[in-house]
Amino acid sequence: MALTGVLRPGHVAIRVLEMEPALKHYRDVLGLIEMARDKENKRVFLKAWDEHDHHSVVLREADEAGMDYMGWKVDSPATLKKLAGDIEKSGLCSNFSWIKAGEHPETGERFRFTIPTGHVMEIFAEKKIVGNNCGTDGENLNPNPWPDGLHGIAPSRFDHCLLYGDDLDGTIKLFTKVLGFGIAEQVMTAADKTFMIGAFLSCSNKPHDVAFIRQPVKGKFHHASFELGSWEKVLRAADILSRTKTSIDIGPTRHGITRGETVYFFDPSGNRNEVFAGGYIYYPDKPAITWYDETLGPGIFYHDRQLNEAFLSVFT
Amino acid sequence: MHFQVTIENSGEIFRCGEEMNVLEAMEKARCKGIPVGCRNGGCGACKVRVTEGHYVKRKMNRAVLSAEEEARGCVLACKTYPQSDLSVNVLGRTWRAVTAHGGAAFSFAFTTTAQVSQPDKET
Repeated sequence: MALTGVLRPGHVAIRVLEMEPALKHYRDVLGLIEMARDKENKRVFLKAWDEHDHHSVVLREADEAGMDYMGWKVDSPATLKKLAGDIEKSGLCSNFSWIKAGEHPETGERFRFTIPTGHVMEIFAEKKIVGNNCGTDGENLNPNPWPDGLHGIAPSRFDHCLLYGDDLDGTIKLFTKVLGFGIAEQVMTAADKTFMIGAFLSCSNKPHDVAFIRQPVKGKFHHASFELGSWEKVLRAADILSRTKTSIDIGPTRHGITRGETVYFFDPSGNRNEVFAGGYIYYPDKPAITWYDETLGPGIFYHDRQLNEAFLSVFT
Repeated sequence: MHFQVTIENSGEIFRCGEEMNVLEAMEKARCKGIPVGCRNGGCGACKVRVTEGHYVKRKMNRAVLSAEEEARGCVLACKTYPQSDLSVNVLGRTWRAVTAHGGAAFSFAFTTTAQVSQPDKET
């Protein structure tokens, strides 16, 4: 197995102000599949159609919007134990805890920690494989290319998050030196070419599995992103967003960074979502792409060539 | 029933139905006085203090609007529905738009409505 260690973003837990409108958004407009409810803790678990694991999005009703935590699937229980030890030994993280198996439905134990930018992260090795409902003669047997019963935008997977925080250097060190991520793209200041403003990090062949931008805040959430197969599906997604009067931030347009085609929009609690298509294949030996702050405009929004007002100031 | 909303800072005046939130009515009237962010009660960009009038409000992100602020008549315009004519004073969100590095500040192309000041209380 060539892809080892941390495999992918396994879940994102998002706080919502009211569950009913949140579910209308994430289930009916975005088109995720509801998998389980936890009435006691006011949580709902959902997945995108092409994900085989039990869930990838957790909604929790709370008084504050934002992200509770992001979880990473690792390749084995042995790797989970090893990385938990490495994270503790690194001296970069705090608030370590083991979350017992079953606290998320159909999920094994998770190791939880807080990273230098203030975000809570988890790693886990086991989550029930429920499949993508494409098989015709049994699960994963002679499958159709997509299942019946999709509705809304219907992205294939939860893909990545962009997060805002202050100690960018510490967080980048953790992800690259301890967790084995590579830097696909980075944004530096032109005045001091060693000072990083943002980094797009990959643990796979994707241009990013998580991205961070330096801001004088702790633990803030810019967006959670979901993958679509084509530019035309991004356009169709924007049609659905307009038809349902969903608050659109910007797009459809293209990012210079990662080359993705994108539309940004907000859930009913003001948490930003993205659906995107495209990008490129990342390999660990691919040279990192560098942008400078003076070209951050086309880096983020390639056609407008400038940031919109919301990009740096609107987050939860 | 329609009411009149006055933005004290810009002098703009627009009409707002009781079923419509103040921010949406402002956008429809092509006024610009209140910063527009998520439009959904999360980001705090449209924070205003209502100085005159009655209104009802829906749930807002406690991380950007404290209980004390709310008690003083501060609200997010996107979650505020008029019950009479209103007069509002724009507070907006005051995250720093520049980040200090070694004493020297750099900014990255964002200086419009966000004022350079201390960030809101961390939550």
